[in-house]
Amino acid sequence: MDFINVSALIKAAVLNGTPLLYGTSGEILTQKSGNLNLGVEGLMYMGGAFGLAAAFVYGNMTGDSAVGAVAVILALVASFAAGMLGSLIYSFLTISLRANQNVTGLALTIFGTGVGQFVGELMRIKVGGNISISNALKDAFAAPILPKALQTIPVLGPVLFSYNLFVYIGFAMAVAMALVINKTRVGLHLRAVGESPATADAAGVNVAKYKYIATVVGGGISAVGGMVYTMTIAGSVWNHNGLAGEGWVAVALVIFCLWKPVNALWGSVLFGALLILYLRLPLPFMPTQIYKVVPYIVTALVLIAVSMRQRREDQPPSALGLAYFREER
Amino acid sequence: MENRSEKIHAVEFRGITKRFGSNIANDSIDLYLNKGVIMSLLGENGSGKTTLMNMLAGIYFPDEGEILIDGKPVSIASPKDAFDNGIGMIHQHFKLVDIFNATENIVLGLEDRFDLKEAEAKVREICDRYGFEIDLSKKIYEMSVSEKQTVEIVKVLYRGADILILDEPTAVLTPQEIEKLFFVLRAMRQDGKAIILITHKLGEVMAVSDVVAVLRKGRHIATVRTAETDEQKLTEMMVGRAVKLNIARTESVNITPRLTIKDLTCRDKEGFVKLDKASFVANGGEILGVAGIAGSGQKELLEAIAGLRRIDSGSILYTPEGKEPTELVGKTPMEIKEAGVALAFVPEDRLGMGLVGGMGMTGNMMLRSWNKGKGIFIDRKEPEKLAEKVYDFLEVVTPSIDYPVRKLSGGNVQKVLVGREIVSEPSVLMSAYAVRGLDINTSYVIYNLMAEQKSKGVAVIFVGEDLDVLIELCDRIMVLCGGRVSGIVDARKTCKEELGLLMTKAGGRGAAIK
Amino acid sequence: MNKHTPFIRLAKREDIARHSVWMIRAASFVAAILLGCLIFLSVDANPLTAYKTIISGALGNKNGIRQVVKYAIPLLGTALALAPCFKMRYWNIGAEGQITMGALGASFFALNYAAAMPAPALLIVMCLASILGGMLWSVIPALFKARWGTNETLFTLMMNYIAIGIVGWLQGGPWEGKPGSQIIPLFDPKAVLPRLFGVHIGWIIVLLLTVVIYVYMNYTKQGYEIAVLGESENTAVYAGMNVAAVTVRTAALSGGLCGLVGFMLASGTNQTMYSDIAGGAGFTAITVCWLAQLNPFAMIGISLLLAVLCKGASTIQTALSIPASISDMLTGIILLCMLGCEFFINYKMIFRSHAEKEAE
Repeated sequence: MDFINVSALIKAAVLNGTPLLYGTSGEILTQKSGNLNLGVEGLMYMGGAFGLAAAFVYGNMTGDSAVGAVAVILALVASFAAGMLGSLIYSFLTISLRANQNVTGLALTIFGTGVGQFVGELMRIKVGGNISISNALKDAFAAPILPKALQTIPVLGPVLFSYNLFVYIGFAMAVAMALVINKTRVGLHLRAVGESPATADAAGVNVAKYKYIATVVGGGISAVGGMVYTMTIAGSVWNHNGLAGEGWVAVALVIFCLWKPVNALWGSVLFGALLILYLRLPLPFMPTQIYKVVPYIVTALVLIAVSMRQRREDQPPSALGLAYFREER
Repeated sequence: MENRSEKIHAVEFRGITKRFGSNIANDSIDLYLNKGVIMSLLGENGSGKTTLMNMLAGIYFPDEGEILIDGKPVSIASPKDAFDNGIGMIHQHFKLVDIFNATENIVLGLEDRFDLKEAEAKVREICDRYGFEIDLSKKIYEMSVSEKQTVEIVKVLYRGADILILDEPTAVLTPQEIEKLFFVLRAMRQDGKAIILITHKLGEVMAVSDVVAVLRKGRHIATVRTAETDEQKLTEMMVGRAVKLNIARTESVNITPRLTIKDLTCRDKEGFVKLDKASFVANGGEILGVAGIAGSGQKELLEAIAGLRRIDSGSILYTPEGKEPTELVGKTPMEIKEAGVALAFVPEDRLGMGLVGGMGMTGNMMLRSWNKGKGIFIDRKEPEKLAEKVYDFLEVVTPSIDYPVRKLSGGNVQKVLVGREIVSEPSVLMSAYAVRGLDINTSYVIYNLMAEQKSKGVAVIFVGEDLDVLIELCDRIMVLCGGRVSGIVDARKTCKEELGLLMTKAGGRGAAIK
Repeated sequence: MNKHTPFIRLAKREDIARHSVWMIRAASFVAAILLGCLIFLSVDANPLTAYKTIISGALGNKNGIRQVVKYAIPLLGTALALAPCFKMRYWNIGAEGQITMGALGASFFALNYAAAMPAPALLIVMCLASILGGMLWSVIPALFKARWGTNETLFTLMMNYIAIGIVGWLQGGPWEGKPGSQIIPLFDPKAVLPRLFGVHIGWIIVLLLTVVIYVYMNYTKQGYEIAVLGESENTAVYAGMNVAAVTVRTAALSGGLCGLVGFMLASGTNQTMYSDIAGGAGFTAITVCWLAQLNPFAMIGISLLLAVLCKGASTIQTALSIPASISDMLTGIILLCMLGCEFFINYKMIFRSHAEKEAE
């Protein structure tokens, strides 16, 4: 294996891992507040569908005068908003109405995948075929964004500088999230809410507010991941099956990353690699389908290891999955 | 106490009343405290001291009356309001986030600029000022109980509390740690803080407080200067005069030892000794009362005998009618139950242990017998009969014997609990707080049940809070204090003062018997 | 009551009349239907026509009804399987994978022993293999939970995809039919469940299972253990129950029954196996189970309802050009509304002014 292949592999891993980065970071934020949102799959579908729809409608409306940057912004806003809406429903049900988190999350997945597919199908029916977005717009999403000069640096060029803008935004987003969670007051309060809501409440932290905001913003970020997949990997074409399972891999990755956004940076690349490794690096003893589920096997092993080691800092947030009721005064 | 004092006090309660349902927890309380004073708030269980302080801390809101801080009436409707008024309470159950360190816990919830370094410096300053010793780099889960308590105190000081309330702070400390705490309290007093200690330990009250306020059954009895009183007088105020209850007490016949407990010792999760070399004998045909302030080891004792708690050392010999003694230590709860040792424990939340809230009386009777019989099907007939029995003789108010017990009123839940154990016809019946919160009539039903069991030759162990009841109902009374047996007295010959002194470790036999 | 009593206070209801419960549930169902109308309107479809089409497509003719029953069977079976776990508060999210492993077990015998055994024996062996497969898959996470407290929600979730991956491998590898097709061949007719009234007899099996689960949960010792453990671990210990053993045993039972559903899917519905054989039933059944409040008979109704939606949706796709995924949306909306209404059943809202009037 020569360098070119390795760097091509890394490049593919990063590209494939970026939707996961968004999906996982969003869910980490949500879970840090104690909410276990199993609806990520649905959110990513919604984000993908609405993001694509926004770009598509914009492209149709403006024709040749379409500006790439505007399409990107519209898609971002649309997918983020869709994710926020979905997780707002989840939040309202689990925080204010005290519904069971597992079941609500799954209902959201059913609903979200339905919505996503519905919007995708609807567009196809309206257009009478596959959605097509002009190449110019497609490029706005998927083309490398840094100057050619950087891209041609041997070895480092392809590996570090040849990506679309979402990769860099995602990187910055994850780093920012890590900083906020670990180094700011808001982050401290959020972690307290997820670990011990009773303590946070007694200290005067508004538990419901933090849970709502973390879940809604986290859901929005996850949904953007769906849009990133559709627009950069699926070539701006609505692909039901391509997106299937992304959300679940993202949930697995949250565990693998031990609920730390910094780990998501390299974890998403690793999982991104695992998702496509079967194509690039076939191993004689490893069947394709098993290869594809290595992320889940690895995550299960991490779960076991963490529960056996009992290291406090690696555990899921103590109040994860539990609703908080303040005792009647 | 004067009602309309014109002096400005740091804290003043005027006519404070708080009710929970039909229970009056605080009855028109007038009380005040000044700056630079340490006040002990003394009272038995159920005297209302924690409720009163919870209102100062914003956890409850008074039904009547007002609270004044520095002479101004304030409304404290939440813990945040309490903070804003300079009030900080350190609870018995700490509210800390385990994976944070001390500084992070201390700044949690505050709105100022977030700078952990700055905060740490301020924390150190407070520690130096009053003499606290905490390792700021440790995470909470790595700390000892005493260190955690220190974090809680510093947390409150950091927020600028001038009025501190400590709820039974020494319950979890070693003697050395208690000394350290007193050192710190004195330093804070010097600094002009007003400190309230909720406690029942007379020795400590005399050692560290300036004034003592005594509550009894929701009323404020008196506030006296510590220098002008002594433990005896305080005990008298705490327990009050004897009240005639007219509980029928039969003479005990055929007293035979059933349970012989020797040097029983139990520790809790954190290694703190909850039961310290307890030794006593419970006889069949007799009611042995167990008195003591809550947390003196009663719960641990009964759980240990029932096989629900790990025993560090000691022995429990059980001698059923006409049989050889057997060692109960090491047996499973089921085996101990089968042997005829029954436990009816009414915890504070009543449903916590021993009852399944979602099931009816029948379902709860089944907790004893579910595994009996061959086959996979569970027998409902027997438990149904038992449920009917309990329903009848205890007059449980419930729509049906299958109505979820969670929905029954507190008193009826307790009837089910006690009734279940009694119908199993045990040879040792242990009950704890069986009449907690019950009305008079129901309480009498329970007392009579106990007496009936006694006349059947059952060894009855009755853990209770009401000294009047214990004196009239029981044959002997064992007093627990700090996990130790501080004395076993003849109920017919003792009085409340003697029990009170034993409960607070202030005295022993021979003290002021009337 | 004073000015510090919050405007709206929440209090847990002591008791609620039966009919109130049903009214609240009916109201939220209606709300869901109305929301569905909005969606139809957004695509210029007449909601009434749409709903009529769904119902007629599903129930209007024999074939439709058969399809509805076929869809409902795995939902009902899995929901029943999950009831014991949920009663115990053991969150088994791994039904999808347990179904799949059950199908795998059944398929192994279907593909390799069809020639060697007579039909009834073959079917019984397949059935047992499927139960074993699902059981094994469910016990692994349960053991870790019992011993180390490993989070079962997340672990069982991961096991789903590992199972699907294993089947995917078999599909394209050792069990592949025509080389390069990535499809497992159809079963020998001997390995196919017989039919009754046009649907494979899985429907009889799940109806029987409904009664069995009802009896198990309410009349057996094990059912009692599960009920007590679900309420309070302390009380269970007090009653002499072995918490770890009950956990693992219940998970095994649940997994075994999911495996049985896998058998029905492989041998009855599809007459073959593929990685996606569970088709999301494992997840949807979780909501069915929960909404039915773990009542086996209620699960029959809810499964049928969701099946009608599913079948009806494929009809409106062909008839009205509305994407079939609308059934997922409708299902999701109904589920979310029903989840929300539970709150109003358990809590009542006390408005300040109203309460003050009451106090006078």
